[in-house]
Amino acid sequence: MSIISFDGVYYTYPLSEKPALNGMTLEISKGERVALLGGNGAGKTTALKHVNGLLRPNKGSVKIYGEDTRKTNTSNLSRKVGIVFQNPNHQLFAQTCWDEVAFALKNFGYDDLEIEKRVESTLRFFGLWDYKDESPFLLSVGEKKRLTIASVLIYEPQILVLDEPTAGQDIEQKKKIGNLLSSFKGEAVIASTHDMDFAARNFSRVVIMSSGKIVADGPTRDIFYMGDWKSAGILEPQTVSIAKITGISSHPLTSEEFVEAFKEEVAK
Amino acid sequence: MNILKAIAASNLSFSYEGSGKYALKDVNMDIEEGDFVIIAGPSGCGKSTLIRAFNGLIPHFYRGKYEGDVIVDDHRLPNEEPHQLFRIVGTVFQEPENQLLTFSVERELAFPLENAGLARQDMKKIVDSTLKKFGLCELRYRSPNELSGGEQQKVAIAAALISNPKILLLDEPTSNLDPLSASALLDLLHHLNDEGMTIVLSEHRLSLAAPYSNKLAIMDKGRLIDYGNTIDVLNKYINQDLVEIPDIFLIANALKQAGYYEGEMPLLISQFLSGIRKKPRTGG
Repeated sequence: MSIISFDGVYYTYPLSEKPALNGMTLEISKGERVALLGGNGAGKTTALKHVNGLLRPNKGSVKIYGEDTRKTNTSNLSRKVGIVFQNPNHQLFAQTCWDEVAFALKNFGYDDLEIEKRVESTLRFFGLWDYKDESPFLLSVGEKKRLTIASVLIYEPQILVLDEPTAGQDIEQKKKIGNLLSSFKGEAVIASTHDMDFAARNFSRVVIMSSGKIVADGPTRDIFYMGDWKSAGILEPQTVSIAKITGISSHPLTSEEFVEAFKEEVAK
Repeated sequence: MNILKAIAASNLSFSYEGSGKYALKDVNMDIEEGDFVIIAGPSGCGKSTLIRAFNGLIPHFYRGKYEGDVIVDDHRLPNEEPHQLFRIVGTVFQEPENQLLTFSVERELAFPLENAGLARQDMKKIVDSTLKKFGLCELRYRSPNELSGGEQQKVAIAAALISNPKILLLDEPTSNLDPLSASALLDLLHHLNDEGMTIVLSEHRLSLAAPYSNKLAIMDKGRLIDYGNTIDVLNKYINQDLVEIPDIFLIANALKQAGYYEGEMPLLISQFLSGIRKKPRTGG
């Protein structure tokens, strides 16, 4: 059964003439890790905001666990759907990093001991424990991003929605975010990203958007070897370009896979 | 016998007011005219601070403890205000929304020219050609606040270039851009660099940017820990997780160790192809 379901969704922002979503249909099932790719302005962020009811379709429907987002409220949805926005400045508000991360747990009525425990382990995991008493707004851009991810993951939502999780992140944090996705205990992850290597390494399915519509949807390996998707604002992962030119037949997605495949195919 | 440097930092240290930590520590770095320099390193390593020290925002806007010297195109920065560098240094900041301050794209571009006291007709000409050059004509009358992140980035870059500065500084300019827009931006920087502009950018996505640069600087904890020819520097950091090493570099390195690759380490696929020792079966 699909837990996220977009059915012919149209959405146009107030005062805008061009629809941001132009008939989007998408089904995501339990256990899926979906990367949403596409150029700037393709509609990725608009689509993600429909998952927790921040935006509701003008036409068509979005259902989360079968529930129509137009018939339920955002606070109800936000217990199931945790969303991390692209711009941390739009999300952060607390006086200290500790309060920021504790906010959702307090709202949901967790007891103090549990909150203390979870806040500490979460801040430590994200390398933010040293900043627990500092204002979120004094952090660097990359650190702010980690803090927003931490403040959502801490309440263990079933569906995790991430808008550009790796923008401005260094290699170590990018790997951490990747590990975190694979260890995420909830039921589905959907993330927009411009980082093709990150998509190739961490998502089993990719959905490519262009002008508010889905233009490709399938297993990551198939999609990247099907075309180059430049028309959708995408550059394939560097490894894929190299594999296509050198004619590696096993379709590697990562540098490690490439090297293994090269040795095997050359040795034959 | 001094070669004219675009930027020369000597024994530069800086800590922000109220912070006990050095954001920059003993940085010595010469950037020559016409260089294309990438500054890389983990978040919080001091990349943004170094860029602020190169355009004079440090120490004139951001207060703190300043030691050492930065000379930009013969101007000693601790003594000169940032606006005196108008025709020398253009800056594109990491978060474009913090940089855009007027109510239309057109005004945004005209603003620096107005400040410089240009005649109205000249201003209009420059604004028109810049709008065209950056594909911003359709957004001319829109408010920068309503634009997408990618569009804002474009406006910020156009505004930084409008005074035709000798040096362009960019703080993680591709972080909010899709890969195709990012490579279009890098192509534009390459073109400006070809025409003689010195380019300095901080960047995490080295696989896209590295081929454009001639020098790579690595920072960690406020210190400049390495600086030199891009390929030489990348070679030293292959297995360290300090900076993102391009896939092509990782692949060539692993193949080299297994005897399948020879010659210089590649940043471009064409270089890679000429270094492969045994071709795999074709097809696929």
